[in-house]
Amino acid sequence: MIDTLCGRLGYTPAESSQLCLAIDEALCNVIRHGYDSAPDGRIRMEVHERTDTGRLEILIEDDAKQVDLDSIRSRDLDDVRPGGLGVHLISEIMDDAIYEHRNEGGMRLMMWKQLPMTGTPAKANLEVDVEES
Amino acid sequence: MEVKTEQRDGAMIVRPEGDIDLSSSSILRSSLQEAHESTEGKLIIDLASVQYMDSSGVATLVECLQLSRRSGTTLLLCQLHERVLSVFQIARLDGVFDIVPSLEEALSH
Repeated sequence: MIDTLCGRLGYTPAESSQLCLAIDEALCNVIRHGYDSAPDGRIRMEVHERTDTGRLEILIEDDAKQVDLDSIRSRDLDDVRPGGLGVHLISEIMDDAIYEHRNEGGMRLMMWKQLPMTGTPAKANLEVDVEES
Repeated sequence: MEVKTEQRDGAMIVRPEGDIDLSSSSILRSSLQEAHESTEGKLIIDLASVQYMDSSGVATLVECLQLSRRSGTTLLLCQLHERVLSVFQIARLDGVFDIVPSLEEALSH
């Protein structure tokens, strides 16, 4: 679904694949760290084409426990170890990513990627509620 | 995901088949630990049948690399699809692992 949407917006297959990976990593982080791998946590995702800023905006919200924002950091590039790779991949693929606590509880991740310069104009907005099963 | 293993020319070849993500990386981890226990020379992970890998898969291979370094085993990755290779490149781990194009090159490495 995201792959198709990114293709319609004019991203190359490689860029679309990387955007899917960034979203996958973000969702996995919520499931693993926010919901402690519980299979029924709720995640809300929105994808918006922001023509005013020329960026693709991806919003991911959950009702999971709020984690220390200082603990969300990419690993040192010279530090070869298993942890922190997901956050690192997100920061490398996306132009910007902001993690914050929601006032209602849970976490919010907003991330952006510049829209392709040569894309087929397409109104692309997507809202998805994900219930892990 | 299924993981097949084969002994050939003194090397242990591990072949995961399917996507390696949060739900399947533990299967690969167990298979790699078993492979380590039954080889002292060269361990080859043939990724020809893996079309998608996320950070949990990469983390599993990093653990395997650390285990190999401690045990003195040579670890090689081969036949990575472009999409999988790009994950290693983004994570800047493509220079940390020994990655070769073909299984033949891995066997003769």
